[in-house]
Amino acid sequence: MLIWFSVFADWLVYDTLGLSNQTQFGQALHFFIEDTSKIFALLIVMIYAIGWLRASLNVERVRDYLSGKPKVVGYGLGAGFGAITPFCSCSSIPVFLGFTSAGIPIGITMAFLLTSPLINEVAILLLFSLLGLKITLLYALTGIVIGMLGGALLDLLKAERWLQPLAAKAYARGQQTAPSNTTNETSANAPTSSLSWQQRHQFAKSETSEIFGRVWKWVIIGVGIGAALHGFVPAGWLQANLGEGQWWSVPLAVLMGIPLYANATGVIPVLESLLIQGVPLGTTLAFCMSTVAASFPEFVMLKQVMQWRLLTLLFALLLISFTVMGWIFNLVSLT
Amino acid sequence: MKIEILGSGCKKCTNLAADVEQVAKHLSVDIELEKVTDMATILDYGVMSTPAIVINGIVVSSGTVPAHAEIEKLLTQANVAN
Repeated sequence: MLIWFSVFADWLVYDTLGLSNQTQFGQALHFFIEDTSKIFALLIVMIYAIGWLRASLNVERVRDYLSGKPKVVGYGLGAGFGAITPFCSCSSIPVFLGFTSAGIPIGITMAFLLTSPLINEVAILLLFSLLGLKITLLYALTGIVIGMLGGALLDLLKAERWLQPLAAKAYARGQQTAPSNTTNETSANAPTSSLSWQQRHQFAKSETSEIFGRVWKWVIIGVGIGAALHGFVPAGWLQANLGEGQWWSVPLAVLMGIPLYANATGVIPVLESLLIQGVPLGTTLAFCMSTVAASFPEFVMLKQVMQWRLLTLLFALLLISFTVMGWIFNLVSLT
Repeated sequence: MKIEILGSGCKKCTNLAADVEQVAKHLSVDIELEKVTDMATILDYGVMSTPAIVINGIVVSSGTVPAHAEIEKLLTQANVAN
């Protein structure tokens, strides 16, 4: 079915505009038209479908579910929920405080918060349709493992020492009360979970227009970069320079990704082009993860609940884990 | 009636406050609108997904920017209860 977008781009670029498919510009424009139309169509269908399924899943229910779970199970569940529960990044503070005051250990909360920006379901589905199942699974698995290990490490270090007073108070209060029954009073405030079809449709519709309105420009930028890489970087240049997965290329990719903070949706087309150009998988994934997850705006927000020490630790933790993951994937895919 | 908009001050929260104001004007309901960005207060309301609407101390919506019709319903209900 996705072939139609290629046919459409053929028609527009080669037949209607009369460009040759032998020129770099023609190829770049073709790539741009095919990928933007494909991604836009996929996004609209996917966001709607996911919104429909997800209408009844909210972060209050996740919290109720997580509270009182043993730590080891909690890391996995926290990271798993983080992968499927989207929330506006300006909600990360209330979510953090809400989890904390429900007596959920800081490591489980962090597993949730680390995984959430890293993996979002729209990105997963785009990855799947553009790059295939294997890479998608690797990406999701890596994100969840980073979340779980990060959470476990923060618990080991007793990271609650480095919270700001407000969060520390919430944490202490949460630890005193029995975790299993602290949440009842507040969950009454959460929207009810049984929804009619009409309500689901409404939710999915508003999700679609809201998310699409936010990400379309990222898609254009991402595909634009991808098209430029595709058409103008001499074939073989990236392959020759980064193709063997030199050890330093991974940390370099991670460092380059940080200031480029972007939406996962926009990074995926770039990722596609990098892979086509022969950049090894580990380097590409490392770049992608650091672009998406290591975001300064979010860190500035987290400053309200965490001291610098904890923030720096988190940041370092992310960078190191992206690098290590990149190395591992390069080793696996190059041998 | 007293309406509080809870949120950290992101775009969604600002939009929601403007929407509520507009709907109240349309319905000619007297409201006292306050934007709450203080995390301790938000925590006290038990809200985890912002933006949220609190009418007379009761959380009536959280995590979304409801459509105008939905806000109209919330305001009318609260007005009758008054």
